[in-house]
Amino acid sequence: MNLFDFSDSVGWLMWIPICPLIAGVVLALLKPSGKVSAMVAIAALTVSLGFSLKAFAGTWGHEAHTLTHNFTWIQIAGVNLEFGVVLNSLTGSMLAMVSFIGLLIFIYSASYMSQDERMGRFFCYLSIFMVGMLGLVVANSVLMLFMFWEIVGLASYLLIGFWFHKPSAAAAAKKAFITTRIGDLGFLIGLLWAFKATGTFLFFDGGVGILESSTIAALASNTNVLWGLNGAGVIAVFLFIGAVGKSGQLPLHVWLPDAMEGPTPVSALIHAATMVAAGVFLVARAFPLFLADTAALEIVIWIGGLTALFAALIAIAQYDIKRILAYSTVSQLGLMMVGLGAGGLAIQDGGVSIGMFHLLTHAFFKALLFLGAGSIIHGCGDEQDIRLMGGVFSKMKISSLAYLAGTIALCAFPFTSGYFSKDQILLSAWEANKTVFWISAFASLLTAFYMTRQCCYVFLGKYRGEGHVHESPPLMTVPLVILAVFALLLGYVSEHFYHVLDYLSGVHVHQHNSTVVIISWIIALGGISLGLLVYARAKMGIDDVDPVKRLMTTPYGWLENRLYADELYQLTAFKLWGALAKAISAIEGLIYIMVVVATAIVSMIGQFFSGTIDKKLIDQVSFDGTCKRIYESSQINAFIQNGFLQGYLRIVTAGAVVIGILFLLLAR
Amino acid sequence: MIAFLTVIISFLGAAVIGFIPAKNNKLIRNLALLVAVSSFGAAVACYFQYLNAGSAVFQQVIDLAWIPAIGAKFKIGVDGLSISLLILTGLIAICGVLFSWELNDRPNQFYAYYFALIGGVFGVFLSLDLFLLFVFYEIAIVPKYFIIAIWGSGKKTYAAMKLVLYSFVGSAVALLGLIALYFGSGLNTFDLLELMANGDFSTQFQVVVFPILFIGFGILAGMWPFHTWAPTGHVAAPTAASMLLAGVVMKLGAYGCLRVAIGLLPEGAIHWAPIVGWIAVINIVYGALIALVQKDFKYVIGYSSVSHMGFVLLGLATLNEVGLMGASLQMFSHGIIGALLFAIVGTVIYSRTHTRQLDQFHNLMQRMPGICWVFILAGLASMGLPGFSGFVSELHVLIGTWHQGQFSIWIIILTGFGILATFTYTLVKIHEAFFRSSPANNPNEVYAPMTVAERAGCGILLLFAVAIGIYPNLLTVILEPSLAPILEALATAAK
Repeated sequence: MNLFDFSDSVGWLMWIPICPLIAGVVLALLKPSGKVSAMVAIAALTVSLGFSLKAFAGTWGHEAHTLTHNFTWIQIAGVNLEFGVVLNSLTGSMLAMVSFIGLLIFIYSASYMSQDERMGRFFCYLSIFMVGMLGLVVANSVLMLFMFWEIVGLASYLLIGFWFHKPSAAAAAKKAFITTRIGDLGFLIGLLWAFKATGTFLFFDGGVGILESSTIAALASNTNVLWGLNGAGVIAVFLFIGAVGKSGQLPLHVWLPDAMEGPTPVSALIHAATMVAAGVFLVARAFPLFLADTAALEIVIWIGGLTALFAALIAIAQYDIKRILAYSTVSQLGLMMVGLGAGGLAIQDGGVSIGMFHLLTHAFFKALLFLGAGSIIHGCGDEQDIRLMGGVFSKMKISSLAYLAGTIALCAFPFTSGYFSKDQILLSAWEANKTVFWISAFASLLTAFYMTRQCCYVFLGKYRGEGHVHESPPLMTVPLVILAVFALLLGYVSEHFYHVLDYLSGVHVHQHNSTVVIISWIIALGGISLGLLVYARAKMGIDDVDPVKRLMTTPYGWLENRLYADELYQLTAFKLWGALAKAISAIEGLIYIMVVVATAIVSMIGQFFSGTIDKKLIDQVSFDGTCKRIYESSQINAFIQNGFLQGYLRIVTAGAVVIGILFLLLAR
Repeated sequence: MIAFLTVIISFLGAAVIGFIPAKNNKLIRNLALLVAVSSFGAAVACYFQYLNAGSAVFQQVIDLAWIPAIGAKFKIGVDGLSISLLILTGLIAICGVLFSWELNDRPNQFYAYYFALIGGVFGVFLSLDLFLLFVFYEIAIVPKYFIIAIWGSGKKTYAAMKLVLYSFVGSAVALLGLIALYFGSGLNTFDLLELMANGDFSTQFQVVVFPILFIGFGILAGMWPFHTWAPTGHVAAPTAASMLLAGVVMKLGAYGCLRVAIGLLPEGAIHWAPIVGWIAVINIVYGALIALVQKDFKYVIGYSSVSHMGFVLLGLATLNEVGLMGASLQMFSHGIIGALLFAIVGTVIYSRTHTRQLDQFHNLMQRMPGICWVFILAGLASMGLPGFSGFVSELHVLIGTWHQGQFSIWIIILTGFGILATFTYTLVKIHEAFFRSSPANNPNEVYAPMTVAERAGCGILLLFAVAIGIYPNLLTVILEPSLAPILEALATAAK
């Protein structure tokens, strides 16, 4: 593999994950001070960003090209197990987004974490995270992707638990790792299945990679492999299970809201913009497999649609500013899945760009919202409960305006970036599946509603907390402004983006449907107006009852308790797990007892042999008895053979007499 | 000849150290380190020699007559499989000394037994004659008893007795199988290579004798349901001995299963593979689930060993190249990682907290952050995270399992479940051990950081785990030619 060939081969793509790796190793080994650590990490990521932009520029205008560079990692059973990097428009746009947002968040963190004595450690973890994230984007091998995917999971675990002295943070970290790992098991099965079916882990390999048309056709010709899916669909569904875990889809969404225990930049970078999008990215990467089986796409849109609705409902009844955003993330990820699935059903190859474009716009405005929330939390003296905020707008103008920009983008307010991307999702859902369309539309309406609710709580009225609200330093606000610009304006490049992302076919996807356009206007404007109507004048103190709760007390209570998903798992999966472990322990006890009993039996047999057989039978009866008889008989012999001649003569005489008498009697 | 140096150095070391008065413990530990390092050096030299030497599968063969009447010979030699295990043994020997650095109780005797055990283990991996192999196998058992019974903790005499009895039962069963091989072949030899080439055992014979040999060796490999010696033995043993037990001694059994049972009786292996597969999966899942509910930290590691050995057995049961490679890699990988986990729990943490009860640990993450981090790294390696050796070996085993046509689909599903369970217990136990507070005992005193010896030991083991994880070719390059004859035998048998 040639890392230094920048012209023909694309081996240099490996530098993108390697740069933060170097930074991470340096920080881990040398442990410089917090400030130096931040600078090292930022410098390394800047280099990565440079390479990423080079990659992005390379794909601009060459949409149909897929460049790869493969190299052998190990040999398994005579087969070269190859890794590699791939450059196409999917890679390019994702790389540019991840490293750009990553860099902004790194800069923001340098200020946000400056009071933390473990700042160096923090940047070390962030760098490790970037290694995994950038690595999985460039990977041309499903196995290599999986390996980076796990690094990402590990970094997420470390960062959620960064403030491990809070028991809730340590518990959340554990929960996140285990829950996503359930999905990873599906991913693992999927990649093994792919290897068995195709004999390779590579996505693109000169016509024989997993994602290339001849392989897909061969896989798909194998119908009804499992659950009615064809050979490609099975792999797709297993990979999707991995995506469900990572991207917080139903039913594995429970970890994501808890993950907000991590520092806010982490929530922005990992649990909103990049890592959670990795699942969506995986589906996009493996899209040809999904396309080969409509059933797989159906699964994707249904899971996505239900997740979108479910999470949006819960978000209405939360009071923690970050938790609301977390549920909103879950909901938006669901919409991305709908975009991918419905796009695939409606317009085949081009569908990948629909989900991916929402991923990109969402990354900007959600990172903006989280960083804005972080700034507000910081300004309000580390308070996260929106009931204890209020009136923040007048005191933190820059942060608030940026936050509002993110909000309207998330609400899909016309002509913001979110509007363009969500519009396309709804459009393709309309064509693919009407039920899912209405589910997604309702979820979007709720999104506008809960975001307005949140903004009313935070910005309107009087300040209800106890701290001294103040604006954040420029190191924090500048990234906010940059992100805000992108959140508002990214949509205008949409036409070009769709084009760039159409790497699979070049089919033009931008289309119009006036019904859908009207519906999406109604959704955005209606949701916001409804929110203003309900909350603009409401009392929002900590002791006041939420206006919606007053209307519908019981259902609101369910939502407040997050529809009891955690409790359900506590009651079922956790109990089952514990019971299973107990049952196995009981078996272990049984084996112990059996060993003890077996030993006892052996020793009893021993006792029997030594006590009964040996002592009584063998010793007393046989050995002792024989000895005794021999002894006794020898007593007689000894008596007889006493050595005196007279005695012998006496016996001989007596014997002769007896014989003589016998003769006399017999002769007669 | 270099290979045999490992045995000579160890036995010589045992003899010399045994006669040094106990009060010179600095001299003794330095000498012990020297012995361990030089035997490791000999093993590494073998590795390089093997890479450079010709294409012969077995190299450095020494073949001397020993007991001509029964055809027993003194025949030793190495192939890639044995070299990888020699290196592992040398590595664990070094780290065992490092983690016993503070030992003051009769160190002369301790190291005498220690190196006698290691010498026996080296001997087993070198033997190419079944009789000789058996002799070394027995030599390796005896010192374990004394090490555990004298320097152990808790129910040490019970554990020592249990372990030794299990080992002897295992070796007796294995001996039965070996004798059957001797008479079954009619060649009047115990020579492994000759039996492999000209053994010509009938199918009937193979089907009957294979389980005898496999169970005999499998007992030492921690095969369910004969595994109970392992957790109790590991827990009661002093750290260096638990490291050896988990790291090397369990591998003796697996080595016997592969080299003797599968290598000589391929048809028997094919016949019994599905059963062995099931037992292996039970090992994996069963060990993991029990580890989940243990309260004693060392028991957690003990059961995790049982679970990880399940992967070795599963790899063996696949009977294909990828799977056998996976089993061999897993032997090495678990050897390192298991030893590391025992070292951290048994010495590094225990010597500071003086308890191994998880509910007594209090805020360890704040009080010994460095140590906790090393354990977390070791835990990640143990759960098979990419980048560590465990991932590579488990991946091989999984691919092999997938390709094994005789297996039921449930074996694969349950293995997946076992991986998940492994992940869960590791994280749950890390959480319970380091991130919880238990106000019961002295709250916030900060513990001493790791000593130099401890750092060195952990560093060496982690280094090897990562090296194999990132570049498994280091091992596969010597393992591949060594597995070829076994695979060839299996291929012939399958026809």
